[in-house]
Amino acid sequence: MATQSEANAAFYKNLGRMYGAYTGTFLGFVVLLAILEQVGVPNKILGYLFVFFTLAVYALIGVMTRTAQVSEYYVAGRRVPALYNGMATGADWMSAASFVGMAGTLFLLGYDGLAWVLGWTGGYVLVSILVGPYLRKFGAYTVPDFMAFRFGGNFTRFLAVIVLVCCSFTYVTAQVFGTGIIASRFLGMDFTVAVYVGLAGILLCSMMGGMRAVTWTQIAQYIVLIVAYLTPIIILSTQKYGLPLPQFTYGQAIADITAREQEMLRTGLATAAGLKPHIEPFINYSPLNYFGIIFCMMCGTASLPHILMRYFTTPSVREARQSVAWSLFFIFLLYFSAPAYAAFSKLEVYTNIIGRDVTALRPWLFTWGELGLIQICGKNAVNLDAAIAACKAIAGHPGVVRLQDFVINTDVIVLSTPEIAGLPYVISGLVAAGGLAAALSTADGLLLAIANALSHDIYYKMLDPNAPTFRRLLVARILLLVVAVAAAYTASHRPADILAMVGWAFSLAMAGNFPALVLGIWWKRATTLGAICGIIAGFGLCVFYLVVTRYFPGHGVTYFGMTSLLNPVTGAPIVDVAKAMAAPNAFDTWVALTGPNAHPLANRVGWFNLNNINCGLLGMPLGFLVIYVVSLVTPAPSKEMQAYIDEIRKPRGDTILQEKS
Amino acid sequence: MQSSNDEAHWSRTRSLMFTHLGIWFFFGYIIHMFVKPLNSIIIPVLGFPLGFYMAAQGSLIAFVVMLFIFARQQDRIDREHGVAEDD
Repeated sequence: MATQSEANAAFYKNLGRMYGAYTGTFLGFVVLLAILEQVGVPNKILGYLFVFFTLAVYALIGVMTRTAQVSEYYVAGRRVPALYNGMATGADWMSAASFVGMAGTLFLLGYDGLAWVLGWTGGYVLVSILVGPYLRKFGAYTVPDFMAFRFGGNFTRFLAVIVLVCCSFTYVTAQVFGTGIIASRFLGMDFTVAVYVGLAGILLCSMMGGMRAVTWTQIAQYIVLIVAYLTPIIILSTQKYGLPLPQFTYGQAIADITAREQEMLRTGLATAAGLKPHIEPFINYSPLNYFGIIFCMMCGTASLPHILMRYFTTPSVREARQSVAWSLFFIFLLYFSAPAYAAFSKLEVYTNIIGRDVTALRPWLFTWGELGLIQICGKNAVNLDAAIAACKAIAGHPGVVRLQDFVINTDVIVLSTPEIAGLPYVISGLVAAGGLAAALSTADGLLLAIANALSHDIYYKMLDPNAPTFRRLLVARILLLVVAVAAAYTASHRPADILAMVGWAFSLAMAGNFPALVLGIWWKRATTLGAICGIIAGFGLCVFYLVVTRYFPGHGVTYFGMTSLLNPVTGAPIVDVAKAMAAPNAFDTWVALTGPNAHPLANRVGWFNLNNINCGLLGMPLGFLVIYVVSLVTPAPSKEMQAYIDEIRKPRGDTILQEKS
Repeated sequence: MQSSNDEAHWSRTRSLMFTHLGIWFFFGYIIHMFVKPLNSIIIPVLGFPLGFYMAAQGSLIAFVVMLFIFARQQDRIDREHGVAEDD
């Protein structure tokens, strides 16, 4: 044992040097590929090299850090230093949606898109102040562990597992979907094949070593993703403004965009109805929905099990707090750059595409048009002739591209920036590797959260408390595999709601977990029955609102008094409910959102003009209220329990839960 | 059961929590309610409208800084009441 702990000590001492060398190697590899490109190696080969080299490195780390110890498998032995845990959390947190989608959302929504940026950062304040360090002191392996201990047993544990699986599974499916999109776009693979290749990458990281392996690969993935995200805009900013600090130079781009918007209106290139000024607030979301999104994403952050469990791995409560601060710092590096991507792309589109003669369009457009991601005059911009023909077909078209003629898929914003800046292909490959790292790292964390809850909470704690270590870890690995395959299978069918589901996951986590977690720590009087009723009521209301507004809108209108959501600018209903209710399909169930059978009311009705992504705003207050009221009418928790809560509040001393070894 | 030292520690912890929640609420919500008037102020040199800047960067910087400060403040409270972990 002695030699092993000495080896461990050396391992932790050398972390800085190891990851420094790794970063250097990675940069060297990028330079090597750049040289290969110059000597004429085709783009496709470069793309494959990028993806397989990075996947091989993650797999290598995964295999090197394999473990047969329970505490290593579930919480990485609780020895991950604050700074490194922060980096791992950053990768865990930033998904394909953050990496690829965030800048696109900001491009499309302008100021209103910043609700997501604010919501996905400010939540860490709640993690640190209200929840994370106390759970670390408690010594849980999973979030349901804490719920079960604090709120008397396996029924609460079971409820917490349901909440965890509901919010994590949809989220992990979206990540697997994201890896499929990126791999198919850059490697030209079939989408379904790409999904299973991504799956193999995910499993290689996490199968052997659980939390321990995922931690050390996530750090490696963070380095790749942040280098990949910042490189293109740093170059672009230097080209345009002579300063490699895009986060500061884009202020000028915003001023230019605003000036150009006015000019486009004057010259008839845009209509007042079609143009959404970039810095104008509350034109896409009403103020209620804007602040609702911020609030739900923040409370959701502090309730999502795959994030909370990262703070179980630090050596001390003190380091757990520092680690939250580092996490947010590393996340901040990406999020405060995303608006710069959006501004630079928008300026490029507004000045070099809008107002340009259709016959003089720049060729980078057509690579994305071929994939159906850019449309000009209502048709996919496959090539120059197709674009010209499409515009000719519109009566009275002036021959120059107007704002209303141009439609871009939001995923293209980040992926196309290297081409817009005229950078070599190697930078595009780098961006693809970064997007893949973002999707893989989040998928790993989520899969582990689900598989751990099933193996630790359901199998070990509820079904077979006497299972030996070997069998526990075997079950954990088998469940990981099963959940991963289920996620890949779901993703390969391309479910229509996949991206909205990520937002829903936050509201579900918030409604189900937040009241019970916070009151469990901060209010000794909270009782078992109170928590059980609160979780059921809060989570239930949130699920009800989501399912009815999305899948049973006709029933919502008739039986539950729902009305049309309102246009944030004019305040008029966005859909004619009376007309839709008169249609023969008004009471269809499990209705489609898009396509020929789309239901006009799906996602467009609700209470209080509340978007269903904000269902946590209904569920969470109800959860708090129910826990409060029911707790007051039931007998107070036992003296022992109250003493345990006092212990959780003090960093010094042993954890409450101890693993029997 | 609970000593007076523990009670003092918890009451200081609680008031630190409320202080930071207040700052969090200000930067997360209050300031963005005034985005329209703030947008008429342009930050010199950088060129951002202030209201936009606060949502895109200002509040984020505030969150990061306050988390590092919070970690130090809470640690100081723990140490002064003798409930901090050994270094």
